[in-house]
Amino acid sequence: MRSLIKLTWVELKLFTREPVTLVFTLALPLILLLVLAEVFGNTPDPEGKIYRGVGPMDYYTPAYVGLVISAVGIIGLPVHLAGYRERGVLRRLRASSVSAWTVLGSQVAVSFTIAIIGFVLLTAATMLGYDVHPPKEPGLFAIAFVISTLAFASLGVLLGAVLPTARAAQLVGLLLFFVMMFVAGAGPPPEVLSQTLRDVAKVMPLSHIVVLLQDPWLGFGWNNARFLIAAGFLAAGALLSVKFFRWE
Amino acid sequence: MNDVIHVEHLRKTYGRKVAVDDISFQVAEGEIFGLLGRNGAGKTTAVECLEGLRHPDSGRMRVLGLDPRTQAQELRQNIGAQLQESALPDRIKVWEALDLFSAFVSRGNDWRPMLEQWGLEEKRNSAFSSLSGGQRQRLLVALALVSNPRVVFLDEMTTGLDPAARRVAWELIRRIRDRGTTVVLVTHFMDEAEYLCDRVAVVDHGRIIALDSPQGLIASRAGKVRITFSTSAADLSWLESVPNVQRVVRRSTRVEVEGSGPVLALVATALVSHGILPSDLRAEQPSLEDVFLSLTGNAAGS
Ligand SMILES: Nc1ncnc2c1ncn2[C@@H]1O[C@H](COP(=O)(O)OP(=O)(O)OP(=O)(O)O)[C@@H](O)[C@H]1O
Ligand SMILES: [Mg+2]
Repeated sequence: MRSLIKLTWVELKLFTREPVTLVFTLALPLILLLVLAEVFGNTPDPEGKIYRGVGPMDYYTPAYVGLVISAVGIIGLPVHLAGYRERGVLRRLRASSVSAWTVLGSQVAVSFTIAIIGFVLLTAATMLGYDVHPPKEPGLFAIAFVISTLAFASLGVLLGAVLPTARAAQLVGLLLFFVMMFVAGAGPPPEVLSQTLRDVAKVMPLSHIVVLLQDPWLGFGWNNARFLIAAGFLAAGALLSVKFFRWE
Repeated sequence: MNDVIHVEHLRKTYGRKVAVDDISFQVAEGEIFGLLGRNGAGKTTAVECLEGLRHPDSGRMRVLGLDPRTQAQELRQNIGAQLQESALPDRIKVWEALDLFSAFVSRGNDWRPMLEQWGLEEKRNSAFSSLSGGQRQRLLVALALVSNPRVVFLDEMTTGLDPAARRVAWELIRRIRDRGTTVVLVTHFMDEAEYLCDRVAVVDHGRIIALDSPQGLIASRAGKVRITFSTSAADLSWLESVPNVQRVVRRSTRVEVEGSGPVLALVATALVSHGILPSDLRAEQPSLEDVFLSLTGNAAGS
């Protein structure tokens, strides 16, 4: 436990010293969200056809919380883990009796911390600037937040386990990130996407995470279907990670 | 005899490549045990099997009474390792690394004095990636020791260290041994092995071909003496028939004579009687390096 806490603390400090990751996980989502806010404001579509009938910023704020969570999972984590393995950091940790659970546990803990920071930043910005209301069902939202973070952390660990180098992880991570960002709920609302793009979105974990987070935030209740899909990603990621994780 | 390390018939292959063929040895508590051998001889492989980082194909190993194959986690709580190849995160600071690694075991040392011991005081707030090669190496050795281990494995610990830093490292290793820590030292430096090791094993193609104290190894070949001198005399063929002379090699004016026993006195007398009085007549006892080279063959490549 002491190892886990110490390692998590060091990893958090290292995270803040990694400019590329910081940009993609925190700065970029915040900037994009503020640009969207300037463009669309928070007045709902009068016909209620797009943005699920709510104000654009009410729609985007939870969606961008999802984007932060996904950026930590698919860019931050895999690049970090693959780099550690490539350079022999994992070997070094292992030789000092650090268990795989401690290494992965610290990564999950870092993911949570960054996700929470992202949530606070984004929510504060749009609540103060654009009259976004806080989550209507905070308890359910918190559960959705935890599931989402765990699901993306497990996908991140899986990518970090199967991708051989930090460069490969960065390439795959950025590609996935941009595709997800544009089609899966953090870009144009799904209602205006073509059928093909909507189909692409369906296989992207982010699209499900976005709805899972939005529903309790907007007061639409708990979305069980999306929860099961997120849980599926979580379980598949975790099982495959255990299978593919290598120290060197 | 209190054996801290016990290895019997260790064998490890990578596909067809036999890295460790058949290695057996014991190390007693508080001993500094050296492993010498040419590149690719199998030293790192053998040591990393003992650390539980690689799985041997066969053989029996015990380190502190634990089996590195099945009790690796418990074992690693009690050993320290400086790996030949490893690294730290680029942006971790020197003090953070020491602080972190001392937290991994319950009986960790206070890391603060280690900063000064290993000459890292000035660099305590520097990132790992900004350290010089020798500074990194010193930090990695310090990390192996910060857990206050009962056995420490050092794989080419002084590679990249300047001569002064090497001496400091030697003293520190001696001091650690004097506190009862057992040390396994892989090295390519013969002076290091001679200075530090109680016993050394010479590894060749995955087998131990000699195992003794450095002095013992030298003595086993001490029959041999090498004599050198310079002369412009044209004909030296009579040297070969001087008693105890085994070999004469001549490169222009430099002459090298190899022989045994009282060969120096015999050669000197013969030289004088032939009217040759070289002012640079010298005899050398073989060094550990000579012993090593003659054991492992001194041609490049293997
Ligand atoms: N992971 C690996 N996969 C395949 N072959 C390996 C691997 N590690 C080592 N070998 C081979 O096993 C042999 C022994 O390697 P090892 O690293 O143990 O040598 P060494 O004695 O430590 O050499 P050096 O003095 O150069 O460090 C070498 O021929 C090497 O090529
Ligand atoms: Mg080696």
